[in-house]
Amino acid sequence: MIRYDAGQYDVIVVGAGHAGCEAALAAARMGHSTIMLTMTLDSIAMLPCNPSIGGTGKGHLVKEIDALGGEMGLNIDKTFIQSRMLNTRKGPAVHSLRTQADKTRYHIEMKKTLENQENLDLVEGEVVDIIVENDTVKGVATRTGSVYYGKTVILATGVYLKSKIFMGEVNYESGPNGLFPAMYLSEKLKAVGCNMRRFKTGTPARVNKDTIDFSKMDIQNGDKDIVPFSFMNENLDIEQEPCWLTRTTEETHKIISDNLHRSAMYGGGIESTGPRYCPSIEDKIVRFSDKPSHQIFIEPEGLETKEMYIQGFSTSLPVEIQVKMLRSVIGLENAKIMRPAYAIEYDCIDPTQLKPSLEIKHINNLFSAGQFNGSSGYEEAAAQGLISGINAVLKIRGEEPFILNRSEAYIGVLIDDLVTKGTNEPYRMMTSRAEYRLVLRQDNADLRLTEKGYNIGLVKEERYKRYLLKKDSIENEIKRLKNTNVSPETANTIIERAGSTSIKAGFSLYELLKRPELTYENIKELDKNRPEILLKDAKTQCEVMIKYEGYIEKQLKQIDQFKKLENKKLSEDLDYDKIDGLRIEARQKLNNIKPVSVGQASRISGVSPADISVLLVYLEQKRRKKKVE
Amino acid sequence: MFIDDTIAAIATAPGEAGIGIVRISGEKSIELIDKIFVSKQGKKLSEYKPRRITYGYILEPKSDKRIDEVLVSYMKGPNTYTREDIVEINCHGGMIPVKNILELVLRVGARAAEPGEFTKRAFLNGRIDLAQAEAVMDLISAKTEKGFDVALDQLEGSLSKKVSKVRKKLMDMLGHIQVSIDFAEDDVDEVTIDFLCDKRNEVESDIQKLLDTADTGKILREGLSTVIVGKPNVGKSSLLNALVRESRAIVTDVPGTTRDVIEEHLNIKGIPLNLVDTAGIRETEDIVEKIGVQRSKELFNLADLIIVMLDGSKELTEDDKEILSLIGRKKALIIINKTDLTQKINRKDVEKIVGDKKIIKVSLIEEKGLDEIEDTLVEMVYKGEIKAKDSLLVTNVRHKNALERALEAIKDSEKAIKQKLPLDFVEVDIKNTWEALGEITGDTVEEDLLDHIFKNFCIGK
Repeated sequence: MIRYDAGQYDVIVVGAGHAGCEAALAAARMGHSTIMLTMTLDSIAMLPCNPSIGGTGKGHLVKEIDALGGEMGLNIDKTFIQSRMLNTRKGPAVHSLRTQADKTRYHIEMKKTLENQENLDLVEGEVVDIIVENDTVKGVATRTGSVYYGKTVILATGVYLKSKIFMGEVNYESGPNGLFPAMYLSEKLKAVGCNMRRFKTGTPARVNKDTIDFSKMDIQNGDKDIVPFSFMNENLDIEQEPCWLTRTTEETHKIISDNLHRSAMYGGGIESTGPRYCPSIEDKIVRFSDKPSHQIFIEPEGLETKEMYIQGFSTSLPVEIQVKMLRSVIGLENAKIMRPAYAIEYDCIDPTQLKPSLEIKHINNLFSAGQFNGSSGYEEAAAQGLISGINAVLKIRGEEPFILNRSEAYIGVLIDDLVTKGTNEPYRMMTSRAEYRLVLRQDNADLRLTEKGYNIGLVKEERYKRYLLKKDSIENEIKRLKNTNVSPETANTIIERAGSTSIKAGFSLYELLKRPELTYENIKELDKNRPEILLKDAKTQCEVMIKYEGYIEKQLKQIDQFKKLENKKLSEDLDYDKIDGLRIEARQKLNNIKPVSVGQASRISGVSPADISVLLVYLEQKRRKKKVE
Repeated sequence: MFIDDTIAAIATAPGEAGIGIVRISGEKSIELIDKIFVSKQGKKLSEYKPRRITYGYILEPKSDKRIDEVLVSYMKGPNTYTREDIVEINCHGGMIPVKNILELVLRVGARAAEPGEFTKRAFLNGRIDLAQAEAVMDLISAKTEKGFDVALDQLEGSLSKKVSKVRKKLMDMLGHIQVSIDFAEDDVDEVTIDFLCDKRNEVESDIQKLLDTADTGKILREGLSTVIVGKPNVGKSSLLNALVRESRAIVTDVPGTTRDVIEEHLNIKGIPLNLVDTAGIRETEDIVEKIGVQRSKELFNLADLIIVMLDGSKELTEDDKEILSLIGRKKALIIINKTDLTQKINRKDVEKIVGDKKIIKVSLIEEKGLDEIEDTLVEMVYKGEIKAKDSLLVTNVRHKNALERALEAIKDSEKAIKQKLPLDFVEVDIKNTWEALGEITGDTVEEDLLDHIFKNFCIGK
């Protein structure tokens, strides 16, 4: 292959999935020349699995990406066809926004945004080699011989590395949706010392809408009041598409049990690790054999297509069996498959090789994001993409990396989990992973992160001003509610009507709102001087902050403690073998992970509280020695 | 992991007569002591000048019940050992008063100090130099390297099992709650308030029970399980009586227990011992003959510490040899009694069987050697390696404190349910309960919980 110099960029992004898009946009928007290389421009921001953005935990990530100036929230607000807030009967911290996306439009809108982005070039080409000199990445080469030189490179290759598709006894090298796999890059990465591993995931069949009998299914409509993902949108009103709910039957289970030996996963074709939260239907039936039926969601893939996604029915059984299985499900008796279900295996990196900035520890200026890092999900990928894009730029500028900690964002939890603990299965965000969940709400993502996004330069003036307005109005409103007192005479009829007990002395509105049965809306009559213009979610904020003050305060105190260790920094070139008193296991783990703070060190499995004490004493010794010198 | 909260520990060696000192260090020291101390004149300690000794009482804050009469002083940082505010409570010596006071201090908000933590702080706050700090390192690392001593293991083992059972229930609750939050759309039953109420009531009463037994000193009493064996008339009951006399905190049998092995609880220089099958010793004086070698074997298996008594005035019998050979790798102490008589026993014969086990020659009739026995017991437990001699006691107090916090958290969950707070707030309290109990068993939450969820719930799409 004759190679030629195809150009020089500040940031090279390999891959155009959700991680790649955010990375490229962040870098370009921060003012640096950026190129995005993808095997085909037709698969930019492709949603190869579920036609959905958001969900529990994931919805939080999208809100955070938006607050930092990322694109995912804006793009889904343009292209969603159904929106629902999940968990509304639970507390505000676990309310999660979930939307159905129009896949094609999602791709088109994102591609448009990328094409119109200043400083950003989109180029089709398969990256087959990575150029590393003196432990520093210099650029990449494509299959056609183009060599792009870059100050930094971001790998966001998704599931394409050496990907292999399985359907029963059939398997072949292929990317998702019949796209080409990337067969060369993986070996090159191994050659430069990356520790590669193999993960697995899967997707269910797509069925023609006209062959589905919806009359036998339960309809699932979107919310009347649509909450947008992006802080920049307040009212979104669209004609929403329904989803449908149906169930497997005894017959389905019998077909699966009878053919289990033909499943790629049970027949032994696949050895890699799949995600436990995305089990195949055969897995569910084997592991929970007492369950007579499982629920299946039918979701539209877009407005311009008849393809329907059969959620809950992912499988690696042969196509022949898939047809039989599907037709045993209520309402799918005559279903025609348009795309069969498959399992897909791919190469990814062990994420403990990464710094919290998402730079690969042993290769300077090489960053990575998304499924390549062992995560799963569009939202998880986008979050990492954004952070890697920001940090690639900061690295070029010689500035400190941008790291969100576990008390600041789900993004912080996600990345810290990956780089500190690693993962044995494709990692999915869940609210239970966040220890400070009550303060990391989706409703306050903007309040938590807009300032940071602004400081980085990703949040522009318009958004920043809007944020300041919201922040001020919340602060003023809370102050006002504290200072507004009502007497028993004026209040009692109204609050009793709302199902609350009467008061005997004067109360502030703030105190009243702490009662579970009283809300900002149902005490409106009591509150004569309520400001007219208050953003809708500013009201929500006030209510949440007042109602749950006690719990939130407790969590804030825990965060103070947490930050103390987080602020004790550890140098990258610390040799833990030379620190007396650490146990051997702790030394090995610490030398492997190279934590950036004592806090991070304390979360490594195998590092005990006593080891942390030793580290603290060591740090102090070192500090004093330095002083003496 | 905290780095500058307020810590407390017993500063004197446990079990010593006279005075016991509980020391508190940290920014909240004075605030804490004000909650539990009142001077004879009815004032708070903070109303007095620092570095003065003030006479008064430690009171249980809720009931105002007097716990002990004490001398208390406080010193303001940075001119203190740790450079933080320090309070010292001088109380009556012995296990019980210091333990009670330490418990109280922890209950009002201090945390039990780790071994060497005062010194660690002194170093971190710039009070002591590097050379001294090396010693701190040793101290901290000794704790991890060594693995806990027998008594601790034993003590933790039995409590751990009980706590683990409670944690299983909590895990089940957490699993249900978590699944209904994180897998809201999945086909799993929404967790009901009734289910949570039932479960949390159960957990609350479980923790309360554990605390009740802790209050009567049960945890404290679950010390080193010890058996004394030897031929008739070798002096077993003399030894027992002598140890009982020496013991500063005699705790009688657990009332109403019906088991064939009766235990006597002693406390030798701060080390709780359970003497197993003392009835056999008392009543028949011939444990070996009565219960036979087989029973000795069983007893040996139960025991953390074996005391074999031999008669120095007689030659080793086959029975003696068999018993000695049963010891194996167990911790054991060989006592050769009756040094007042002509010695016929050959020490080397004993050594041949038991290896490097400690052998002590005593004459119980002349009351010679008892000190050595006690010192050896202490030494064996601590192996002379753990400097913090109060580790056992602190472990007790620490556990009790963890139980108390767990109880408080599970009670909070009831409040949350009554206030109709959403599920995920109730979950916070349940998780706090789980975590407090986890300090006793030493487990971590997250992975366990996910494993539990994926194993027990059919979720995912």
